[in-house]
Amino acid sequence: MKVTRRDLLAGAAGAVVLGKTTRAQTRTPVDPTKVRGAPTSAMGQRAPTATPQRLVRGNISSTPHQDLMGIITPSDLHFERHHAGVPEIDPANYSLLIHGMVDRPMVFSLSDLKRFPSVSRIHFLECSGNLGRVAGPETTPGLLAGLTSTSEWTGVKLATLLKEVGVQPKATWLLAEGSDAAVLTRSVPMAKALDDALIAYGQNGEAIRPEQGYPARLFLPGWEGNASVKWLRRIEVSDAPFMTREETSKYTEPFANGTARMFSFQMDARSLITYPAFPNTLAPGWVEIKGIAWTGAGKIRRVEVSTNGGATWAAAELQEPVLSMAHTRFRHLWNWTGGEAVIMSRAVDETGYVQPTRAELLKLRGPGTAIYHMNPITGWVVQATGKVIYKQEPWG
Amino acid sequence: MRRTATLWGATLSVTVAMTGAALFAQAPARFGFGRPATPQEIAAIDSDVMPDGRGLPPGRGTSAEGAVIYAAKCAQCHGKTGTEGPNDILVGREPRTGFVFAQNPELPHTIGNYWPYATTVFDYVRRAMPPTAPGSLTNDEVYALTAFLLHANELIAANAVMDQSTLAQVVMPARQYFVPESRPAPPKPRP
Repeated sequence: MKVTRRDLLAGAAGAVVLGKTTRAQTRTPVDPTKVRGAPTSAMGQRAPTATPQRLVRGNISSTPHQDLMGIITPSDLHFERHHAGVPEIDPANYSLLIHGMVDRPMVFSLSDLKRFPSVSRIHFLECSGNLGRVAGPETTPGLLAGLTSTSEWTGVKLATLLKEVGVQPKATWLLAEGSDAAVLTRSVPMAKALDDALIAYGQNGEAIRPEQGYPARLFLPGWEGNASVKWLRRIEVSDAPFMTREETSKYTEPFANGTARMFSFQMDARSLITYPAFPNTLAPGWVEIKGIAWTGAGKIRRVEVSTNGGATWAAAELQEPVLSMAHTRFRHLWNWTGGEAVIMSRAVDETGYVQPTRAELLKLRGPGTAIYHMNPITGWVVQATGKVIYKQEPWG
Repeated sequence: MRRTATLWGATLSVTVAMTGAALFAQAPARFGFGRPATPQEIAAIDSDVMPDGRGLPPGRGTSAEGAVIYAAKCAQCHGKTGTEGPNDILVGREPRTGFVFAQNPELPHTIGNYWPYATTVFDYVRRAMPPTAPGSLTNDEVYALTAFLLHANELIAANAVMDQSTLAQVVMPARQYFVPESRPAPPKPRP
């Protein structure tokens, strides 16, 4: 009997009626060697049975680290934080104005920006508020710390553009302004602008995504995400910070000593176990503990893993190449023989800085400061049944 | 054969040397891409205001004028008196002494108890408010709303006029508590 594609699909559809079958299975032939496959296509799609999603909470969406591998975050799963939605910008009308304390105020179109010498760099971008506050036992890695993502960013060095306009000697800061409906602004020290800041128009080999600042954004490697202003339309060079709402009313850290810190830009070393984690369930035997580590200070030197709640630590393997200010994948083999276990990771960066425990961090800062720039060691509890839950810690 | 090999070697050396020179060509002082910006196009989008008042436009407004605009365009999200929400709570001076936001994370960060610069209120309202029509307020309206919010926070008198010369002189109580980044460089522990 000749088996046709129609028969196979009908058979699969029949299975839907008989039992619980996913939508994807209804399109899947029983034996793919007996049916000619799909033709070539202009744009590929994810396998219908492997479609990770961002976790959306209001004006924030988080990267689902529990579903990802390696160090590059797929562009459409890069975390989002918007202050007035994602603007729609016609690249033909896009321009970047640079003015203020410069010799030659200038306007650059998108094609102008692309004519300058370009660079590509793989870097993480992390929101300074990247610690899940609603951290019950059923917290996934994405909910806990999904506001960090890594991409290959392509663009022109801001230093190249500043040389083009001629920064005046008195200039020490600049204002970066977005063209979203918040017209979001942040002040950036000139030293960072001249060091490694980019005007990025590319992300993972293609145009930057609308949610990430299309057609061009500021990118400040290793610094809190909010300062890397998206949809960048204007840079004003000046001799003082501008004290915008986002660097005074927000993104400042009050301390128990009665002060509030401004301009705490650099993100500190952190690590996150992405497997096993909630909602995984383990069977006894060998487990590859996997995760990511990153630091705004440069490269990750070492990641250590504990499988006994921090009593002892062992060095994890780092996936080469270890890149500066980028997610670094770590792996550690563990033979789980049953019984409850608490697994944790801690990162050490190239300066020798060690990721602190929550208690150490709170002792340094005083109580109540746990909002921005929190990078504590976090862990997961493997219960005797194999069910994995978040190791809860009180917030703040 | 031997002679040919030598010639090949020489040719290769020359080629490598020339390629090397091309790869490491000096970048010019300027590329000449882009075009000069006109004063008009700069003025059209250069709306930021600095703490010393640089960037404040002509115009004026009082709290009484601002109250009318606030009721029509702001109260819906920030509450009738600026204390009710549901969005950011704008009005409130508690605590009157000290700066205890760490000890009490539930304290709202209002304009009166937390914002360190009055100019930021003008800058932010002008660029981003109201969310349904951002950038739609006139400079007089923004001065009036700023006056309303500063007066509601007991920072200026009821009849005070906010304009290019007065706004930057408003003293904000929280100003004294803000300090720039002073964390020690890693590897030291970083508070």
